[in-house]
Amino acid sequence: MVVGALLFTCGVVCMATKRNLLGVLMGVELVLNGANLNFIALGSPYLRSVEGSLGLDGQLIALFVIVLAAAEAAVALAIALNFYNNFQTIDIDHAESLSG
Amino acid sequence: MSSASIIPNLLTLAWLLPLVAFAVICLGCSMVQRRQGQVPYELQRRAGLLSVGAIGAATLLSFIALFVWLGTHEWTGGAHGGELHPNGPPRYYADDWYSLVEIGSLKLTLGYYVDALTVLMFAMVTFIATCVHVYALGYMHDELHEVTDHEVNVRGRHLHRPGRFHRFFQYLSLFSFSMLGIVIAGNLAMVFMFWELVGICSYFLIGFYIERHSASTAANKAFIVNRVGDFGMLIGMMALWASVGTFSFGDIPQGDKVQPGLFSQLRNESNDFALVPTVGFVSPQEESADAKYPGYWLLTIAGIGIFCGCVGKSAQFPLHVWLPDAMEGPTPVSALVHSATMVAAGVYLVGRFYPVFTPEALLVIAYTGCITLFIAATIALTATDIKRVLAYSTVSQLGYMMLALGIGGWVAGMFHLMTHAFFKSLLFLCSGSVIHAVHTNELPLMGGLRKKMPITAYTMLVGCLAIIGAGLPIAGIGLSGYYSKDAIIEQALSFAKLNGPHRVLLLAPVLGAVLTAFYMFRMWYLAFVGPPRDKHRYDHAHESPRVMTVPLLVLAFMAIAAGWNVGPLCITGLLESAQPIGTAVGAKGSLAAALTIPAESLSHAPAIKQQAGLWAFGAAALGVLLATVFYCWKVMNSSEVASTFRPIHRLLLSKWWFDELYDWVFVKPTLAIGLGIAWVDRRMIDGLIHFLARCAKWGAGIVGSIFDVRVIDGAVDGLAALTWGGAGELRKIQTGRLRQYVMFIVLGFLALTFAALGVAFAR
Repeated sequence: MVVGALLFTCGVVCMATKRNLLGVLMGVELVLNGANLNFIALGSPYLRSVEGSLGLDGQLIALFVIVLAAAEAAVALAIALNFYNNFQTIDIDHAESLSG
Repeated sequence: MSSASIIPNLLTLAWLLPLVAFAVICLGCSMVQRRQGQVPYELQRRAGLLSVGAIGAATLLSFIALFVWLGTHEWTGGAHGGELHPNGPPRYYADDWYSLVEIGSLKLTLGYYVDALTVLMFAMVTFIATCVHVYALGYMHDELHEVTDHEVNVRGRHLHRPGRFHRFFQYLSLFSFSMLGIVIAGNLAMVFMFWELVGICSYFLIGFYIERHSASTAANKAFIVNRVGDFGMLIGMMALWASVGTFSFGDIPQGDKVQPGLFSQLRNESNDFALVPTVGFVSPQEESADAKYPGYWLLTIAGIGIFCGCVGKSAQFPLHVWLPDAMEGPTPVSALVHSATMVAAGVYLVGRFYPVFTPEALLVIAYTGCITLFIAATIALTATDIKRVLAYSTVSQLGYMMLALGIGGWVAGMFHLMTHAFFKSLLFLCSGSVIHAVHTNELPLMGGLRKKMPITAYTMLVGCLAIIGAGLPIAGIGLSGYYSKDAIIEQALSFAKLNGPHRVLLLAPVLGAVLTAFYMFRMWYLAFVGPPRDKHRYDHAHESPRVMTVPLLVLAFMAIAAGWNVGPLCITGLLESAQPIGTAVGAKGSLAAALTIPAESLSHAPAIKQQAGLWAFGAAALGVLLATVFYCWKVMNSSEVASTFRPIHRLLLSKWWFDELYDWVFVKPTLAIGLGIAWVDRRMIDGLIHFLARCAKWGAGIVGSIFDVRVIDGAVDGLAALTWGGAGELRKIQTGRLRQYVMFIVLGFLALTFAALGVAFAR
C-alpha cells in the first residue's frame, strides 16, 4: 500500500508538472496503477475477513482498471496525434486556446 | 280469409304502392341527377311509367276491395230512408298496426279505420289519380328534355334548365300515398300527420316551376294559409284528447278487451246514439249542478277547432285565398290535388268526424260553406284565367259540400264530394288540354276552339253540364251533378222549413246554382264558341295526343254516370249504409234552442223533392240562358253591363279585396313588426354587443400591455438573462490549463478526504 501510495503521488505530481503531453499520459498511468496496487492490497485476505466472498473482488476491479487504462491510453494517444497535427507540438500549455 | 282481414289488407297494399314508387324514383333518379345534371330521357320515362303502374295497381286493389265489400255487406240500396239503423251501427274495421309513441296516457298509433266511406273514397281517389297520372304522361312531355321557360328571364334571356319529368311523378306518387293515408287513417293523430304530408306535397307541386316568382309565392301562400287552419285543428285535437283521452275513431281490440274509440264514447248506445259529452268534458265540481253546458261548450269548440283545419285545407272562407293562386302548378296537379282530392280531404274529415259535431258547430260549418260558395261563385264570374274560373268554381263547390254537411245532409255532402271529384278533375284536365294547345291561360285569347279540338270541347261540355246539375227533374234522370246538387238543395229546403231565421242557407245554394251555370258556360263559350280572337294561337292549336284524351273520355263517362243507380253500384246507397250512427235522425241545438237539424230522410219527401228539383233546374237553366245571351248570341254586351255596374264589377275583379285586406291586416303589420324588430336588433342589440366587444378589446389591451409584457415576458427574459450571465461566469473557470485542472482534482480530493475524516471523527 505504501508502494501504491508512492506511485499515486508520483503520478499526480507528474501530471501536474509535465508540459509534455506524453509525460502527462505516463503520470495518468502511474496514478491508475497506484490505485490498482491499493485495490489488490486492500482485497487481500490479510487485511479483511473473506467469509461470504471469493476474495477476488480487489483483483477483479484491478483487471477492470487495466482494461480501462488500455482504452484510455488509446483515446488519449489519438487525441495527442491530432493535437500534434494541429499545433505542431505536444506542449499542453498550447491547449489553452481551446478554452471557450 | 274473411272480409274483416281481406279489405284492410287490400287497401293497405293499395296505400303503400305509391310510396314504393316514390321511394324508387327518389333514390334512383335523384342520384343520377346529382351526378349528371340531366336525367336521361329513357330513365325519366321509366320513372313516369313506374308511377302510373303503381297507382294503376292501387286502383285495381281498391276496386277489388270495393266489390268484396259490396259482396259481403248488407246494404240497403238507397231504399232504407234513414230510419234508426235497423241493423245497428254501420260496419267498420279498425285496428292499430304500430304504436309510434306512448307518453303517459297519450298514445300515438298508426292504425286503420275502414268503413264503406273509406272503401268508396279509395276507389274514387285511386281512379282519378290514375286518370291524372296517365294524362300527365302526355301533358308533362316537355319536361323530358331540356326546358326553356319563357316566363322566366335570367339576364335578359329565357331560363334553360334540365327537365323534371321524374320529379313531377315522384311528388305525384308521394301525394297519392299521403292522400290515401288520410282516408285510411284510424285516428286523429295519423290524420294530422298525413294532413301535413299532403300539405307539403301540395307545396312542392304548386312550386314545381320554382324559378317563376309567382309559383314560389303561391306555394308559400298555400302553405302558410294552411298553417293557420292547422293551428285550429291542433286546438280541437287537444280539447278532444284532454276530455275523451283517445284519438282513435273506432273501437280498437286490445287482447280480449276493446278500447272504445271517440265515436262510441261520444255517442253511446245507452244514450240512444245521441251526442252526449263524456265525463271528461266536465270537471267534477260542476258535475252535480247544471253540468251540461260547460262540457257541451267544450265539445262545440273542439268540433269547430277540427273544422278550422278543414277550412284551411278545403279553402273555405276566410282561408280560401290560397287555392286560386295554387293554379300556378301544372294543370294535372290542379286536377288531382287542388280540385278532386286534397281539397276534398277537408270535406272528408268533416264527414268522417260528423258524430262529434254538435248542432251549433254544424251551424258554423253551414254558414262558412254558404259564405264561401256565394263569394267564390261571384268572383268566378269575372275571372279571365281559365284555370282560375275553375279554381273559384272548386271553392264554390266545396262550399256546397260544407253547407250540405252543416245542415245535416251527410249523404248529400259526401255524394257531392264524389261526383264533384269526377267532373272537376275532368274540367281541369280539359282546361289543361286547351292550355297545352294554345299556350295561354287567358280566355280572351281563345275562342272557336271547338273545331280544332272536338274531343276536348265536348268532354268539357259534359263537365259543365255535370257541374251545373243538368237533368230532367220530372223524369228524375240526369248527369251525376244533378243527383248530388239536388240532394243538397232538397236538404237545404227541408232545413229552411224548420229554421225560419236561417233561410239564407237555402237562398245561397239556389243563387249559387244560377251563378255556377253562368260562369261555367261563359267559360265554355269564350273558349270554344265564336270567332277565334287570337288568329295566331288559333292556327297553332291542335287536338291533344291520345294519352291525354283517353283519360278525358273515361272521366267524362264517370261524370255522366257516377250518380246512376246501376246494379250493385250505387254511391248513395253505399253512403247511406256508411252514415255515422245517430246522425241520420237529426238533432236539436242545446245552446241555440231554436236550431233543429232535420233528419236527412225528410228531404226525400215528394213535396220537398219536387219543389227543390224545380228550383235547381230553374236556377241552372236561368244561368245557362244568361250566359248564352251574353256570350253566344251576343244580344247584350258584357262589357257594357260591366261598366253599368262598375263598382260591383271592380269588387269582383279584385276578388272582394281579400288579398289586399289580408295584406293590410296581416302581411303589412307583420312586415312592419319585423322591420321594427330588425331595427332593434341592428341598432340596439348589435350596438350593445359592439360596445361590449369594444370594452373587452380595451380591457384586453391593458392586460396585454401590463401583465403580459411586464410579468410573463419579464419572467421569461429574466430567466434567459440569468442563464446567460451564469454561463458567462462559469466559463471563466474553464481555463484550458490541464495542470491547473489536475491541481483542482488533487485539492478537491484532499478536501473531500479531510471532510470525510472530519465527519468520521466528529461522530
